[in-house]
Amino acid sequence: MSVIATPARQSTGGISARTVNRILIYSLLALFALFYLMPLFVMLVTSFKTMDEIQSGNMLALPQAPTFEPWLKAWGETCVGLTCAGIKGYFWNSIKMVVPAVLISTLLGALNGYVLTKWRFRGHTLVFGLMLFACFIPFQSVLLPMATILGSLGRFGVTLRNATGFSFGLGNPTVNLVFVHVVYGLGFTTLFFRNYYEAFPTELVKAAQVDGASFFQIFRRIMLPNSMPIFVVTVIYQFTNIWNDFLFASAYAGTGDAMPMTVALNNVVNTSTGVVEYNVNMAAAMIAALPTLLVYVVAGRYFVRGLMAGAVKG
Amino acid sequence: MLRKLLIGTALGSGLAFAAHAQDVKEVEMLHWWTSGGEAAALNVLKEDLAKQGFAWKDVPVAGGGGDAAMTALKAMVAAGNYPTASQMLGYTVLDYAAAGVMGDLTEAAVKEGWDKSVPAALQKFSVYDGKWVAAPVNVHSVNWLWINKAVMDKIGGTEPKTFDEFIALLDKAKAAGVIPLALGGQNWQEATMFDSVVLSTGGPEFYKKAFNDLDEEQLKSDTMKKSFDNLAKLVTYVDPNFSGRDWNLATAMVIKGDALVQVMGDWAKGEFNAAKKTPGTDFLCYRFPGTDGSVVYNSDMFGMFDVPEERKAAQVALATATLSKSFQSAFNVVKGSVPARTDVPDTDFDACGKKGIADLKAANEGGTLFGSLAQGYGAPPAVANAYKDVVSKFVHGQIKTSDEAVTQLVNAIEDAK
Amino acid sequence: MTTVTTQIKLTPEHSARPGASMRSRLQDALPKIVLAPSFAITIVFVYGFILWTVYLSFTNSKTFPSYALTGPRAYQRLWRWTFESDPPSSWYTSITNMGIFGFLYIFICLALGLFLAILLDQKIRGEGVLRPIYLYPMALSFIVTGVAWKWFLDPGLGLEQTLHQWGWTSFHFDWIKNKDFVIYTVVIAGVWQASGFIMAMFLAGLRGIDGEIMKAAQIDGATTFQLYRRIVIPLLRPVFLSAFIVLAHLAIKSYDLVVALTSGGPGGSAWLPSNFMYEYTFKRNEMAVGSASAVIMLMTITAIIVPYLYSELREKPR
Repeated sequence: MSVIATPARQSTGGISARTVNRILIYSLLALFALFYLMPLFVMLVTSFKTMDEIQSGNMLALPQAPTFEPWLKAWGETCVGLTCAGIKGYFWNSIKMVVPAVLISTLLGALNGYVLTKWRFRGHTLVFGLMLFACFIPFQSVLLPMATILGSLGRFGVTLRNATGFSFGLGNPTVNLVFVHVVYGLGFTTLFFRNYYEAFPTELVKAAQVDGASFFQIFRRIMLPNSMPIFVVTVIYQFTNIWNDFLFASAYAGTGDAMPMTVALNNVVNTSTGVVEYNVNMAAAMIAALPTLLVYVVAGRYFVRGLMAGAVKG
Repeated sequence: MLRKLLIGTALGSGLAFAAHAQDVKEVEMLHWWTSGGEAAALNVLKEDLAKQGFAWKDVPVAGGGGDAAMTALKAMVAAGNYPTASQMLGYTVLDYAAAGVMGDLTEAAVKEGWDKSVPAALQKFSVYDGKWVAAPVNVHSVNWLWINKAVMDKIGGTEPKTFDEFIALLDKAKAAGVIPLALGGQNWQEATMFDSVVLSTGGPEFYKKAFNDLDEEQLKSDTMKKSFDNLAKLVTYVDPNFSGRDWNLATAMVIKGDALVQVMGDWAKGEFNAAKKTPGTDFLCYRFPGTDGSVVYNSDMFGMFDVPEERKAAQVALATATLSKSFQSAFNVVKGSVPARTDVPDTDFDACGKKGIADLKAANEGGTLFGSLAQGYGAPPAVANAYKDVVSKFVHGQIKTSDEAVTQLVNAIEDAK
Repeated sequence: MTTVTTQIKLTPEHSARPGASMRSRLQDALPKIVLAPSFAITIVFVYGFILWTVYLSFTNSKTFPSYALTGPRAYQRLWRWTFESDPPSSWYTSITNMGIFGFLYIFICLALGLFLAILLDQKIRGEGVLRPIYLYPMALSFIVTGVAWKWFLDPGLGLEQTLHQWGWTSFHFDWIKNKDFVIYTVVIAGVWQASGFIMAMFLAGLRGIDGEIMKAAQIDGATTFQLYRRIVIPLLRPVFLSAFIVLAHLAIKSYDLVVALTSGGPGGSAWLPSNFMYEYTFKRNEMAVGSASAVIMLMTITAIIVPYLYSELREKPR
């Protein structure tokens, strides 16, 4: 449903006014695209240059002798600490942490948003307000108490394992990170869904209930299918934040086995001495961002209009 | 209180569970030497240990000159998962030791004779309450000038012996159209340079009283004011874009001949090495004018944590390997620093390295080896950072006069103590 | 349409049905049971930790937490040099920067995000290409994009030098090196990073609006501008709330941005409160002062956010 584009009035010169309109819109969009692309351009050209060219040439100039060497090096050779096998090995560490964390926090957020809009109870505003305000706690100030708690959970896990032979994941650094990200992502996911469902027609829910549908049935059959745009936003937000988190990842990942991509990237980029290989750094940054970009492109396809309208009409 | 929170440390690590009484042949090492020459240098240690059958479990966290790693360490300690060892600086070692989380290497220290070979100034940080808690890896010194020889020859300059000669040299460079002084406008770089200025202006005795003992009389003395005035003079020789520049980019300016000189610690030499430059022919290393005979140092240490019994053997092996003469030589040749023990032969070092080793030895014996305040070896981090604030605000013009700077310095240090 | 969003109490008549009391009582409690874990977690891991931070700010904690109360010493230290000192203290710089940065960042991101979303919602060919272009800055870690921005803004390397090479030699842009303007470069980079995501939020909101309303309004003869001002933007109100919260929290937590772009700025002139807090808690080993600054931050947020939340949440969309 586009508004400006709709020829609302067939007055004189309607076609040309419409064309002018379109040209204006496209030019504006292109202009902003340039603004957003500019740093990417700098990074891309840099990643294909040799170090000599970077040090001598202009930052915005195209590479004179493009080379893939920095990309290959970032992928498979650069040193992340004392292991020099590139950053390729850290994808899996990040993915096995990010995917569960995003799924759990998004799903919980959707359920919370559903309860807070369609199953209101006395004090629902206060509950929501409290969860919302939680978004603002500076992560630096939770770092140590959280570490203490995770440490105790870990020790409890060892006790459990001694007793039952299974630690239920307690003390596992990946599980710890998933837990932390779910805890501090809940505020946002709840916020997103709550505000989206706020505008969702309550009649539909009511009607379904009269038909005898249960709490979860309504959620599954009515709410979820109509939540695509907000799912996309929430997943993008959570995926990006968790993928790019450095503070928690560096503090709780422990040894290299669970080290997520951001920490690895940071170790590549932050050299305190020695020549800074900007080309490798830029290539590494783009490689590290690939999964997020992929999520943007794939998820972005589901920004489809008309789902709601269709649902309202039944 | 902290101890209480940390009870059961051993159990926190999943690995400790697997091995009951058997030794764990593994070291877990937190550090921020993650790339380039430093990682290569540390690899030597990893291989030394591998030869003895100890696996190296790497916990690298780079960023902010160790800030990120120290944050991670704090979290690990709060969770009760101590690494075997962690790279640490100066007063941090003592803080952790005071909290009772550091191990005890005294046995190995006695056997290896560290007391005799490691300079007393370093032992102040590696020994706590009579116990060895850390193994020093190297000694950096900060009162150096790094000069591009080609530019020096072009302007017909000679080694400046006093601060005034230094200014005259900078003037010559300015007249020749070269940027005289390469500086990175980040607070630690400015403060590192100021360490040298203070030593040069006030002499060794003054430096010690002001920046190691934090004697208020000295901090607000006219000599300190003079030091700030001298710093202001130096800052007039930097290029307008210096603010925020990384130190290695400033070094690159000297390497390329865009600038004449950089005042920086000897880690700058690693940059010259990486660019395949030779001391004496491509670049020159002089002591900061008027500081010959004294060394303002900082040092990287491997702090050893109070690990469970079965991990002790690996820890001792790590510490011993770190302080072995062969590693000290191999590592420091690459890093640009000098060995943390004074009995390591200097055969593998270049001219600047040889001078560094000789200077350290002389300063150690003559009592002119001082901790760098900018680098966290002159006073605890709170004070050191307050100091960096003041110097940086002075360089960038928030503090306008040396009178004001001295007042601010006294206040800031008083506050942070 | 207005009636559609009105809230209707669903449960009472339902549970009154005989014979199904057990099941329906469970049904009644179910929403609360579903919500309970999230709420409990928030109480413990957010509010519990806030209390812990408040407590620490009244102790003498240095490198590690210490639990002996020593009074408001940390707060005195925090404010001691703030108003009576020239040059301003780091804390004063941090909070004034927060004001400038917070306002500009939130305002520009909201305006730009809404504008782009409306443009992108005009049945644009190539939306699938443009959307990721606007969004991708969020995907890249600022550890590296900070470097790209730093170069671009550096007068000796980036924009200024390039334009000089192209012949426009009078062009001058050295904000990043200037202690009075450096904070605005942080705004530029911050807006670049977050505005695309805000666009996505508004886009999702627009896509959630019932097309029928728009059609009806158009039939009534509303102009495009009126349509957006009178109908669409009011309907996007919850999205504004979400976007504001996201931006406000990003603004408050903008730590990496400042460090990667400016390394703190000339003489610490680009510091934000989060930089202050991190510096004091972890770098300077003055945990009590760091905690005190966190408490002040939280109090300020409370003062700004709570009234806003109150007005937003109290007023039911009618």
